[in-house]
Amino acid sequence: MAMLETLALRTMNASGTRNEESLLPAVTRSLTYRTNGRTILQNVSLRLAPLSLTVVMGPNGAGKSILLRLLHGLLQPSGGEIRWGGKGLDPVIRKRQAMVFQRPVLLRRSVADNILFALRLRGTGTSRDCDRILAAAGLSAQAEQAARSLSGGEQQRLALARALVFQPEVLFLDEPTANLDPASTAAIESAVLDVRRSGTKIIFVSHDLGQAQRLADDVVFLHRGKLQEHSSAAVFFNTPESDAAKSYLAGDLVL
Amino acid sequence: MQEFGEIFGLAIGLIVSADKNLLEIIFLSLRVSLSAVLISCLIGMPLGAMLGMTRFRGHGAVLILLNALMGLPPVVVGLVVYMLLSNAGPMGWLQLLYTPTAMIIAQTILITPIVAALTRQVIESLHSEYAEQFRSMCVSARTAVATLLWDARVSLLTVALAGFGRAIAEVGAVMIVGGNIIHLTRVMTTAIALETSKGNLDLALALGIVLFLLALGINAVVMSLRSDTTRYGYA
Repeated sequence: MAMLETLALRTMNASGTRNEESLLPAVTRSLTYRTNGRTILQNVSLRLAPLSLTVVMGPNGAGKSILLRLLHGLLQPSGGEIRWGGKGLDPVIRKRQAMVFQRPVLLRRSVADNILFALRLRGTGTSRDCDRILAAAGLSAQAEQAARSLSGGEQQRLALARALVFQPEVLFLDEPTANLDPASTAAIESAVLDVRRSGTKIIFVSHDLGQAQRLADDVVFLHRGKLQEHSSAAVFFNTPESDAAKSYLAGDLVL
Repeated sequence: MQEFGEIFGLAIGLIVSADKNLLEIIFLSLRVSLSAVLISCLIGMPLGAMLGMTRFRGHGAVLILLNALMGLPPVVVGLVVYMLLSNAGPMGWLQLLYTPTAMIIAQTILITPIVAALTRQVIESLHSEYAEQFRSMCVSARTAVATLLWDARVSLLTVALAGFGRAIAEVGAVMIVGGNIIHLTRVMTTAIALETSKGNLDLALALGIVLFLLALGINAVVMSLRSDTTRYGYA
């Protein structure tokens, strides 16, 4: 999986920077999302810096996944705005992002065909590229197997490799290890760190404290749809400010 | 009246000896029903996929209508097509009444709602699974439709086979618009009805056995496809 870094690096030029104008920082102002008369996210204002791995944390129902979907444009905000590199979200920007869901959505095809689908969508790539990607993801031996017959960890690795086919500048990960065993979780975490090293901005939703400590450069903490804290991982874990974050880190029941 | 065993033996004899009349009727039945299924799939599958992937004002009403049309009485369809194609009807100039084409039209009308409604269910279910991923990957509507139809191909094949099952077993509509004319529009179901009334039970039973074997074969193919695709993770 260490080789996944090489997939994400392909859009970089010789100096190690991307050729297009950067999407980062991303800024949200008073971002609000309501559905069925309920406010899920309320006045969230954030500035997400480049070259870091941001972990979005909070108890269940805090609005973590909704925030991710809003940032990626899968949902439309009820209020406020999102700017990527100073621009509003449009299809061009969205094509420079990718997302891996908690439950990987794999096509009812073989492992190789899932990668080929993404390569065709990108408009480039051959079966040789597909082989290279599968090798990087450690899935060469399963290339002709149905994607859905893979184990949970392998499915998530395939979903991650497929997302990296698009060489995204920003990668959203919505609790990608929520249903995985420790070994598979470690494999995904290692892959995520590889991708981060390539310069890809990662926004990672998790409610696993240990995982956040292992991965995060900065932490966004949400509670009941409101932003409680956004600080560096060191500050968040050592000197949390909000009562909700203190209780959450102490392992108390946060309602 | 002949003994059942004797009739059964004669019927088997007709099948084994590949009786010319029997084969002619079987081939016409297959030609008419397969043509109707093909046309129904060309119309019903894109329609069903569209209904499964989109929401619009009146979507619910269209689904209710489509589901109601699944239960169309064949004789009513036969009557309407008869009125349309008869010399006094608006399409009488086509001179299609009492031809296999008229039978294909009637069967197409009967099974298109079935194909469309079942396709809608299949595609809607798969689309709800893929929709967010497709949006994330900025997949165009055209690619999305093609991908859904391809990934649902096994389920859609069973939809087509369900349509074929209904078409090949149908008697009322083809009797009215085809007229059960020997060497021209006589198919298995209309022949069974006629031969039974004439007392030619061996031919009727032989046709019945072929019809039953066809139904059995279709079900076996459907079950085998389903179990293979489920076992290998493609469904």
